[in-house]
Amino acid sequence: MAEEKKVGTYICKGCGIGDRVNTAGMATIATRECKSQVTKEHDFLCSAEGVKMIQDDIDNDGVNHIAIVACSRRAKTEAFSFENVAISRGNVREGVIWVRPDTDEASETTQEMAEDYTRMAVHEVSVMTPPTPSGQSEGRKNLLIVGGGISGMTAAIEAARAGYEATIVEKTGALGGSAANLYRRVPESSPFKDPEDSGVAALIAAVDADSKITVHLNSTVTKTSGAPGRFSADITTESGATATENFGAIIQTSGFTEYDANQLPHLGYGKGKNVVTQMELEALAAAADGGVIKTADGKDINSVVFIQCAGQRSDEEGHLPYCSGHCCTTSIKQAMYFKDQNPAIDTTVMFTDLRTPGAGGEDFYRSGQDKGINFTKGVASEVTDNGNGCTVKFRDMILDEDTSTDADLVVLATGMVANAGVDIDVVGQDDPGKWEVSVDSILNLDYRQGKDMPQLRHGFNDSHFICFPYETRRTGIYTAGPTRRPMDIGQAIEDATGAALKAIQAAENAELGRAAHPRSGDLSYPSFRKEGCTQCKRCTVECPFGAIDEDEERYPQFNEGRCRRCGTCMGACPVRVISFDNYSIDTVGNQIKNVDIPEEFDEKPRILVLACENDAYPALDMAAMNGVEYSAFARIIPIRCLGSTNLIWVTDALNSGYDGIILMGCQKGENYQCHFVKGSEIAQDRMSKVDDTLQSLSLEPERVETYEIAITDIERAPQLINDMAATIEKIGMSPFKF
Amino acid sequence: MSDMNTAMVEKYRNSFLSEVEANVEEGEWVKMCMQCGVCSGSCPFGPYWDHPPQELFMMIRAGKREAVLSSESMWMCTSCYNCIARCPRGLPITHIMHGLAHYAKRLGLAPKNQQTMKFASIFWDNLTKKGRVNELQLGLKLYFMNGFVEGIKTALCMKEMGMSMLMTKRMSPMEYFGGHSIKDTKGLHAILKKAREIEEAKAKQF
Amino acid sequence: MAKKEYSFYPGCSSQKAASASNYQTSVNSMCDVLDVQLNEIPDWNCCAASIGYAGGGELPRLAMSARNMALSEQAHPDQDIVATCAACWLATKETQERLHNDGGLMEETNKALAEGGLTVKADQNIRHMVEVLIEDFGYDALGKHVTRPLEGIKIAGYVGCQTNRPFGIDGESFENPKYLDKLVETLGADPVNNYDRKVSCCGGALAFSEPEKSQALIKDIIEAAYDGGADMIVTPCPVCQLNVEAYQGQINKKYNTKFDIPVVYYSTLMSVAYGKSYKESGLDGQMIKAKQLDAIAKK
Repeated sequence: MAEEKKVGTYICKGCGIGDRVNTAGMATIATRECKSQVTKEHDFLCSAEGVKMIQDDIDNDGVNHIAIVACSRRAKTEAFSFENVAISRGNVREGVIWVRPDTDEASETTQEMAEDYTRMAVHEVSVMTPPTPSGQSEGRKNLLIVGGGISGMTAAIEAARAGYEATIVEKTGALGGSAANLYRRVPESSPFKDPEDSGVAALIAAVDADSKITVHLNSTVTKTSGAPGRFSADITTESGATATENFGAIIQTSGFTEYDANQLPHLGYGKGKNVVTQMELEALAAAADGGVIKTADGKDINSVVFIQCAGQRSDEEGHLPYCSGHCCTTSIKQAMYFKDQNPAIDTTVMFTDLRTPGAGGEDFYRSGQDKGINFTKGVASEVTDNGNGCTVKFRDMILDEDTSTDADLVVLATGMVANAGVDIDVVGQDDPGKWEVSVDSILNLDYRQGKDMPQLRHGFNDSHFICFPYETRRTGIYTAGPTRRPMDIGQAIEDATGAALKAIQAAENAELGRAAHPRSGDLSYPSFRKEGCTQCKRCTVECPFGAIDEDEERYPQFNEGRCRRCGTCMGACPVRVISFDNYSIDTVGNQIKNVDIPEEFDEKPRILVLACENDAYPALDMAAMNGVEYSAFARIIPIRCLGSTNLIWVTDALNSGYDGIILMGCQKGENYQCHFVKGSEIAQDRMSKVDDTLQSLSLEPERVETYEIAITDIERAPQLINDMAATIEKIGMSPFKF
Repeated sequence: MSDMNTAMVEKYRNSFLSEVEANVEEGEWVKMCMQCGVCSGSCPFGPYWDHPPQELFMMIRAGKREAVLSSESMWMCTSCYNCIARCPRGLPITHIMHGLAHYAKRLGLAPKNQQTMKFASIFWDNLTKKGRVNELQLGLKLYFMNGFVEGIKTALCMKEMGMSMLMTKRMSPMEYFGGHSIKDTKGLHAILKKAREIEEAKAKQF
Repeated sequence: MAKKEYSFYPGCSSQKAASASNYQTSVNSMCDVLDVQLNEIPDWNCCAASIGYAGGGELPRLAMSARNMALSEQAHPDQDIVATCAACWLATKETQERLHNDGGLMEETNKALAEGGLTVKADQNIRHMVEVLIEDFGYDALGKHVTRPLEGIKIAGYVGCQTNRPFGIDGESFENPKYLDKLVETLGADPVNNYDRKVSCCGGALAFSEPEKSQALIKDIIEAAYDGGADMIVTPCPVCQLNVEAYQGQINKKYNTKFDIPVVYYSTLMSVAYGKSYKESGLDGQMIKAKQLDAIAKK
């Protein structure tokens, strides 16, 4: 920045702050100790008048670094948003007066807290720079959609309706995907009684008619690189001709493959023409086209048994452990193919738990019962050829007996396997059964962390992204439809619509250099000091979003558009060369170092709390709102993610004489609650090395604790702070006070 | 086997469900059961049913004609309507149980010594005779419905209660001789006869 | 307030020297105070109750109730039909529903009724006496007539089955209807809150054919009332009243209990609270004497 740095400190006396603490004393500290050039108190800082006072100083007095010492940074964000300046917040309301008793005995330590938060705010902002967009984005807004089934076509049409161009790349020679093979679909509208037209032809017609949509058939994506707003994709036709095109965002709608029924020989598959899968029955029905449905070898069908959960919801080797969601309603629909044609045909749906999701699912089930489809709660154990058809041996779960029934045709509900591409996370594959359907990459990402989208469970491209199910771990690339998780047509249409809107949002954000969820709108991005970098690759390996590639010289290459601004790279860097304009080793380190550490014999310990801004910090704020008190010795610093915690902060704190350190992050592991997916987990791995530091300083291990905190831990989070205070009382003060 | 039973077996052959749908009160609802079992869990006599309602429905769907119609189960219904109130599918389960019991009795398949069947039949005969229930006659008949010796035992067991009822004028020995009656018994009997005829004619159709 | 008139279906048990004759006595006293005139349906017959099913098929049973409706339509065409017996009310209401909703039944029933020179439309409202009290009067109006509040008596409101399911009283839940409790409060007594056998079955007609199983149910009903600190039980149903009162002796023998709890009708409570005498309130019909009520009634 060319202009001179000028720090202004604004101290609010409202909300009872002025009554509880000596703001004049805080102002003196800001000016004398922290060298704030402009320091002002105000009775009601977030009022129009208070805000104007600050804005006037920015406009007329050249103030460009602003420390607001008032309430939590999570409060009054709109009032205290000033453009083109660096801002820090000292939390004296939720962080001090609301968590301390209003008593004479407490007033001294309360004042000390308020003064420390003033010091921290001023020293933090002093090392900040107002963030500006990187300008990396090429501002592209068009969407690449990989897969031309119902999901892909829906996404393209929705994008086009919103005014954005879309390009569909479809591997086969025609649009339509799996749904094109359906004779009819499960109804999507009231009264949910009869199978309906699949709607595929209408969708294809709409795609063809739309001038904003381009379709590449017989094509695949052979290379994808770049970032939101500037993706580059190689689209290769069957013949090998490749064209490179640029896109703003990507949606992967690669669909599913029906589970291989050859793995179910006990259910008679592959031994004759009397046992088919659901998709194969669709082909028979489509061939009959409203006429009499016959077996593949042309025999009449007077009885049909539908076996649900064939090779799924099973922990047997080679089976799918999950429910594919659509198969129960699909079987009801298929039984109706027969019943609607001839009610005398016996149709039995053999289920263990009939699941008919969706608004109309239950109505459709009733309609099936009404049409005379027989529903039997039972588990089929064996299907044999009886010369005249099949015999299905099963356990009747209601009548509690082993029995059998004959059928001319048996239909197996075999479930969905995601076309998810390459599993980039080959470790942790401890699920029962391994299903490798598609080992061809879908996106061929030219990313440091792998060719395809990360998978969550059972090979699906879901993300379990906290508070935002559409989000993925590759910014600007969304997955939709059955590649994301098992779903039916209705769900896929909804899913694709949402993904289209998210993709558009990602492209728009990229142009402005703004982050996506959860730090939506953040303009800061990581950069590094090349001279200091040792090319250790920790940042490129640990980034939960695959945002960092390596350049030809093997230095990290930050792709701002892909970055979620969690700071995990910053926490990982052993030589501390990575920083954001407004969040760095120094912005936090400066706060740590400028807390006033009383002499050992003052009996006033200091506890540093590094609290994740997503859950732990809000939990502490809410505790304050509820009047839950905690120790006056705590000094709390919000951090973007526990993953951004650099060990140097802990070492510095211990060296400066802090008596205890608490790290508060989100839940890690399989049911993680970390808003950056991996940040919390990575940080906790890193912290396992803290013991070495403690040992080298001859400090007790209890002085540093790491906790998983949920946003609902309103009682627990303050309690953990008090527990640390009690621990220190027990083991004594840190000897490192200078 | 009763004649009617033979005729019904002949008529419906493999489809007991169809037979129930056509001949049992509210029988067309049987196919709509979704096997959740709320009825079974809600029945005050639940533990005494060999086959709780939802299981009976499944047995009907599985074609277990003999087992269903000769079952004691549906005779366990106390008509408390808990199952109807709670069935998420809105099945009139109480009525279906009544209907199955009635149909089983009509076909002669109900267990011979079924106490509720005996009582319910006595009750119906009692009330249709004069158009109103004669509680004393009903009670006495009830005591002796399992034979004379049993009857004396029951009567002894019920003696105190009977005395209380007499004392409080909630029972009268005079009822034994005639007792309450409607005036137009002839009209009522004609109505009931016609109603039975219509029902029998329906059963013979198809 | 003007006199209210209803087409009244008393039912078999309400007749002279029948098991619920005391119910009828108290209903008459209650109606006297409330200025209600009950116009008995001429020559009404038994409703066949639920247990009639073994002997009677669907149509004969429906014809029984249809005959009553037909007679009511002739005699009191502009009045609602009111029943005091749960089974009578239920059977008649069920018949009405079936006749209107099940395709050919209306026609078939009328064919049968024609043999007795009758015809039915089945469009009169069919109501339980409790509905009349709550809907046509309301608790406040009912409370105004109280001259002898039933102070200090704790009463378990045993609603039972057939006044509660499948139709029930409008605005009340199947699982926890509150109208008896509110009525008890209105009369100045204390309801047992959370009476957990409030809507349990007493065995109904199966008290005769399955005595042991039924008495086990009745035992629980009484025990729960005692657990709630009840001095007595109140019910709107003649079968409930009879079963819960009359079998206490046999239950005591079998289970070695010492049950001795009076079971009264809501109309008994109302008559007493309204200042009616011991006899007018039907208290002489109690096999287990309701001593606290007797004391008030004899004041």
